[in-house]
Amino acid sequence: MSSKSLLLCGNEALVYGALLAGCDAYFGYPITPAGEIIECAAKKFPELGRVFIQAESEIGSINMVMGAAAAGQRAMTASSGLGISLMQESVSYLAGMEIPCVIADITRSGPGIGNISVEQSDYFQIVKGGGHGGYRCPVFAPASAQEMCDMAFRAFDMAEKYRTPVYILTDGMIGQMMESVTLPEPIEKSAPAPYSLTPGNARTNHFTSIYLEAEELEKKNEALLAKYREMEANDQDAELWKTDDAEIVLVAYGIMSRLAKNAVDELRERGIKAGLVRPKLLFPFPKNALNALVDRAKKFVCIELSGGQMIEDVKLAIECRRPVELIHRVGGKLISVDELVAGVKAVA
Amino acid sequence: MKTFRVLKDRPAGFFPEFEKRPAPLRRNMHYCPGCGHGVLHKIVAEALADFDIKDRTTFISPVGCAVFGYYYMDCFGISTPHGRAPAVATGLSRAHRDSVVISYQGDGDLAAIGFNEFIHTVNRGENLCYIFVNNAIYGMTGGQMAPTTLVGQKTSTTPNGRCATEDGIPFRVAEIVASQPNPVYVERVALSSPKEIMKARAAIRKAIKNTMERKGLSFVEVLSPCPIGLKKDAAGISKFIDEEMTKIFPLGKLKDVAAERVPAEHPVPVYDCEKVRAALFPQENRAEKEEFFGEKLREDIYNESEIFEKERRIKVAGAGGQGVLSLAYIIAHMARLRNFNVTYLPTYGPEMRGGTADCSVVASRREIASPIVDSNANMLIALNQPSLDKYLPQLKPTGIIVYDSSSITLPEISERQVAYGVPAAQLAVGLGSTRYGNSLILGALAKMMEELFLTPEDTKDFSAVVEAALRECFADKPKIIAPNLEAFRLGKEKAFRANTGKNPE
Repeated sequence: MSSKSLLLCGNEALVYGALLAGCDAYFGYPITPAGEIIECAAKKFPELGRVFIQAESEIGSINMVMGAAAAGQRAMTASSGLGISLMQESVSYLAGMEIPCVIADITRSGPGIGNISVEQSDYFQIVKGGGHGGYRCPVFAPASAQEMCDMAFRAFDMAEKYRTPVYILTDGMIGQMMESVTLPEPIEKSAPAPYSLTPGNARTNHFTSIYLEAEELEKKNEALLAKYREMEANDQDAELWKTDDAEIVLVAYGIMSRLAKNAVDELRERGIKAGLVRPKLLFPFPKNALNALVDRAKKFVCIELSGGQMIEDVKLAIECRRPVELIHRVGGKLISVDELVAGVKAVA
Repeated sequence: MKTFRVLKDRPAGFFPEFEKRPAPLRRNMHYCPGCGHGVLHKIVAEALADFDIKDRTTFISPVGCAVFGYYYMDCFGISTPHGRAPAVATGLSRAHRDSVVISYQGDGDLAAIGFNEFIHTVNRGENLCYIFVNNAIYGMTGGQMAPTTLVGQKTSTTPNGRCATEDGIPFRVAEIVASQPNPVYVERVALSSPKEIMKARAAIRKAIKNTMERKGLSFVEVLSPCPIGLKKDAAGISKFIDEEMTKIFPLGKLKDVAAERVPAEHPVPVYDCEKVRAALFPQENRAEKEEFFGEKLREDIYNESEIFEKERRIKVAGAGGQGVLSLAYIIAHMARLRNFNVTYLPTYGPEMRGGTADCSVVASRREIASPIVDSNANMLIALNQPSLDKYLPQLKPTGIIVYDSSSITLPEISERQVAYGVPAAQLAVGLGSTRYGNSLILGALAKMMEELFLTPEDTKDFSAVVEAALRECFADKPKIIAPNLEAFRLGKEKAFRANTGKNPE
């Protein structure tokens, strides 16, 4: 009678993953379609002896994260597009000061207030940096409630390994849909990092992003760039689905990758050798996986709920050696499997 | 060469050498002559050493002239974004029980760009020491108007003097803080003379003490000289503070309830692996399992019928308030309880507000790709006529319909589609509430499964899993479990096959 799994919506699964990874503190401000995250955190964090504060704004949230994370805690926040925009100044500081933390963006449609339906138009903001100054953050792209849990769980290790903010970027549909989730084992917790502002650590510890001398800042920024190159060398991650013999390679993430799999099956039934590359991280982008498919592939087709943002990375990854087409929709509607099949057939 | 005798060296809360300062200027501070920051830093540094808290104090350097506070203070430091010190301080303060956090902010940082973070931090009564440096001007950026600039005062952005109607009036922060219930201690002091400086010293030491004792939020506003920004000499700036600023910003204690305040007990994070596992992991329900399967208890005993090998795509639809989502939720739980992968996706977004409700449920032994059921549905569960009419075209030619026969007239369906009805709404009224309608529908679903698909073993299990799912979904309303189970049994009894076509796949 027992089952190994729970039925959780993606947003709840994210909170579970964070708690199992030993997240100490959650700071957030309510927004749709990320609402279940703050509500679940409000219940579970205090229940498990962790810190929860509903901040006065997303600006408040991210800066509380900065304080707690600087003090050596695993800290996180979550929001959707507009709230994430408000946080950007501080994300830049966090990247510059190399303070590890986790931020989830459960996207909605924009620009402006847009609507609460599904769109993937935050790609540029999240994947390319978002705030001022030339920083990058690793970006996980979960496509199921299970991955919301697993990637939140992994995100803290990644954040600490590279001393960086880490994003989890997905859409409102993955956030709100319920799915069966099997939980990972909770971590064994280690002491706060030696560089953190934890009583007992060297009191010379301090965080700043000011470097008045150009030579100093150059050194600092080159070190950040080296870190980003290291991520690109070590951490690319993509799911390859029926790509071994694929002549048409679809590229999609989040909810659209789920529909794309059904489209691949239908296309194959109609004699079109399609496959799917689903980036599990958007930065670093899975360039190697895409490049490995160039020889056999005739065409790449990027599927996005945006005007075409990830497509730029696909083109760069394969250095435009094959045509890259875009199937897109904006404003809050999904692209149905039938539309995908028709769209791919039209360009194949 | 003259020799000097040091009577009182720099406070031990300062670094012996300011090594973080760019060379070669490592003995002096970066502040302008006559600036109040140096004096204030000295008061803080002296307290850090005297109270022996250097190892557990974080001094927050704001954006403003004190941005380099970390050059000097021999304790933890962080430079925060402009105005955000209160939020960063909150995160720091909540992290460790014995940490002492000193948030040091100027008038632009605290009272203009960061006032929202500040006032909410005050409202929460975080355990912090607040030092608010009010010099009536933006010093670092070269003398622009501050929120505390006096009416008539000329600055580079109020060249004709601050105009009350256009630019607002000096913002009185200490009074606002004192008006709130949570802060424990609020005082306004000045650095205009040795006497006032000694009062400031006492106030700041008291604020730091309160923080060490976790009494809550202590706030000291300091009227501080900025002779360069205000274009005044030493005597002129003291006169400005004593005679002009104090008219608007009167000195003195505005609030002190530290003596009676019980230390705040904000929980600090703890981590307990076992507690986490107990709170989050699904509960083993072995007793219930054994009740049904006795000695034959095996993980793979159930769901041997072929139907369970196929992905099932189900649309549940009806009017808002008919229990559509809870019906779908129960079905999703049934699948989960038998270790199927399952997706549950209610109508998303503004469509929900049209008075209709529908939900896609997919259950599969394999990975589920698309969670959207918008074509090729295996099953349509319809609770009203418009839903049946709307979604019937999305049902597979071999699909199954389960419907409420008391409100739906079944249209012509294809030969290989099968329909099972039950007068759910009508029977529910007989049971005392329309709320039992969805359990009656579940009964019809069970009947259909038994007649078309299930082995005898699975038939028994199917009823068991309905019961388990109902218990789980209504765990917070235990009273309604029994009547829903009764409704399920009645639904199964009264359900009927509505057409005689071939059996579906």
